[in-house]
Amino acid sequence: MNHLGLITKREFLNKVKNKSFILMTFLSPLIMVGVFTLVYYLTQLNNDKVRTISVLDESQLFADEFVDTKNTKYDLLESVSLDTAKKIVQEAGTYGLLYIPKGASVDAIADKIKFFSEDSPSLIVMDKIEDKIEEKARNIKLKNSGLDAEIVNSLKVKISTNLETFEGEKTSKIGSGLKLAAGGIAGYLLFMFIIIYGNMIMRSVIEEKTSRIIEVIISSVKPIQLLLGKIFGTSLAGITQFLIWVVLGGILLSIIPAIFGIDVVGSQVEQQQEMLNQVANNSAAQDKMGMLFQEIQNLPLANLIVMFIFFFIGGYLLYASLYAAIGAAVDNETDTQQFMLPIIMPLMLAIYVGFFTVIENPHGTVSQVFSYIPFTSPVVMLMRIPFGVPIWQQLISLALLFGTFFLTVLFAAKIYRVGILMYGKKPSYKELIKWLKY
Amino acid sequence: MNNLLVAENIVKTFGDYKALNNVSIEVPKGSIFGLLGPNGAGKTTLIRIINQITMPDQGLVTLDGEPLKPDHIKDIGYLPEERGLYKSMKVGEQALYLAQLKGLSNAEAKKQLKYWFDKFEIGDWWNKKIQELSKGMAQKIQFIVTVLHRPKLLIFDEPFSGFDPINANMIKDEILKLRDDGATVIFSTHRMESVEELCDHITLIHESNKILDGKLIDIKREYRSSIFEVGLITENKAQVSQNLKEKFSISDATFKTINDELKFNIKIENGSSANELISHLTSQGELTHFVEVIPSVSDIFIQTVQNN
Repeated sequence: MNHLGLITKREFLNKVKNKSFILMTFLSPLIMVGVFTLVYYLTQLNNDKVRTISVLDESQLFADEFVDTKNTKYDLLESVSLDTAKKIVQEAGTYGLLYIPKGASVDAIADKIKFFSEDSPSLIVMDKIEDKIEEKARNIKLKNSGLDAEIVNSLKVKISTNLETFEGEKTSKIGSGLKLAAGGIAGYLLFMFIIIYGNMIMRSVIEEKTSRIIEVIISSVKPIQLLLGKIFGTSLAGITQFLIWVVLGGILLSIIPAIFGIDVVGSQVEQQQEMLNQVANNSAAQDKMGMLFQEIQNLPLANLIVMFIFFFIGGYLLYASLYAAIGAAVDNETDTQQFMLPIIMPLMLAIYVGFFTVIENPHGTVSQVFSYIPFTSPVVMLMRIPFGVPIWQQLISLALLFGTFFLTVLFAAKIYRVGILMYGKKPSYKELIKWLKY
Repeated sequence: MNNLLVAENIVKTFGDYKALNNVSIEVPKGSIFGLLGPNGAGKTTLIRIINQITMPDQGLVTLDGEPLKPDHIKDIGYLPEERGLYKSMKVGEQALYLAQLKGLSNAEAKKQLKYWFDKFEIGDWWNKKIQELSKGMAQKIQFIVTVLHRPKLLIFDEPFSGFDPINANMIKDEILKLRDDGATVIFSTHRMESVEELCDHITLIHESNKILDGKLIDIKREYRSSIFEVGLITENKAQVSQNLKEKFSISDATFKTINDELKFNIKIENGSSANELISHLTSQGELTHFVEVIPSVSDIFIQTVQNN
């Protein structure tokens, strides 16, 4: 029947032409990127502020550690009492006063170090100061016990296990992280997509009920055609919106920094440079970068993308038909609450299993079981695939998923057929089961 | 084949509730068929079965001699009582969409739409959204999309609700015209005066059962009460009334006239004829008013439903 085509077309055009849909499609990336830019800008703003910290070092041991940096200046006070120093700092209104007293030993001094300030100081600043003092104190103690700090440092062993599968593929922890990220993004995208566009289908079913056009339509087409047309049309609209978001977001993210003069790439390079410098003496750093690219290539990308498409379609259709059934069962959106739980629960479960169990053990029993259950398999399986799942397992899971989809569509169509012509009462689960027998 | 639509022994239950209990109807070709009944009697269920929206548990519906099949959808035009249109869709697009769902091609649908839009002089509504139209205007669109594909069978459930008297009249004329062009009409309403005016057959359904069925005129004959309204000008009112009371069973009547007459409802006993009554009356005074009281559909409806 070409009715299905007609209905799908109408549902698609109706969604796409809707003003709020158009607005959301083009505004969301703008807002997202705008917020992103704003946050970035604000952090930069904060970082640019130079804070001055006064240091009163009575022990005379640590003074040379406090070298000015871009954001922090150290003002060394000398030959003043603590009380005077406090007064000076308070009057000058600087960030705070670090007080290091005299003491018999480094340990004695360390216990008595104090920091005075107007408000509680930032944790990051305190960490930095503590690091400096710790480093110096350690060096002093090493020296006191007759050891050379240089030698001790060179005695440190840095271990980074080289992982390899039996087939001889090299993997690494970076690789695991990457796999997790790839699977996580795929699973999470699907989760979001189901919730957003599932709701859209539900609303569109409710709209047909409240505008009372349903009986007119249903006298021309079979309910299942209407149901499928609705699901397909809304999904196409959803995919369109999604693609526009991706493209628009990408363009904006590459344009905006240029406009606002934010050098995202530059500062990243700077950070990376810094990181590299820090581990410069560790020759593994070079290897790590190489390993990262190696790992990206090692990801079963083709498998992931193909399966992403299939699991995406299957999982989405499965839930979409349930959303449509709910829409048909109720009169207005407020009544949908009681039926939402059974939909949201397996989805949440899938996400939790995905993010906790799959990380822990991608091929453990729990992960395996949940990657076969059709209501959780789209999310869980997508998260497992980057870790390498045999194709036959993927296919079984997919078959189960589509099989269940056909069952739920039949189930949804039954509820739908009865529900769309029922007005005025809020159905219970018991009633829904009765409808299945009509 | 004289009947366009025949439904035989239709049974439909929803859970424990029996919505239709062995209901049969026969709708003659070219007739206007009134499907009557109190609220909740089962009319809508029957109409939905005819439209293949729901399936009967038992019984058979045939259209033009063939059991109902999906292809019959294009032969039926249905205006449900619970009706509406997509609020945010434009009038033209929506009408086209609904026409195409009924199996018309795009071009054919456009042609038919133009005809009806011209006829109702609403051509400039094409690009308006339904939500911008008044209820009556939307109802007109709804009527058009119901009849657009020129179906053999038209089913109207309360077609006049939401129309002002002028537009209601216009729709009524259109329904009659469609009937004259060969369509058969099933007409369900609670407005008995329009049944009186339009229908030639009626079926009365009450509590899931058919309790009355047939040609309207036959039913009226069956329900005739042999009561006549009589207006009589006479000088001696008291005496004449006394005489009449002795000879006939009479009661007071309330019809309106322009003279100062004696007014009665007189019931003729079995065996006597209207002529005998008239000759008696003319001997008593000047007879100005003599009409048989024909039971209205409304009376028949109420009486039958209450007796059941």
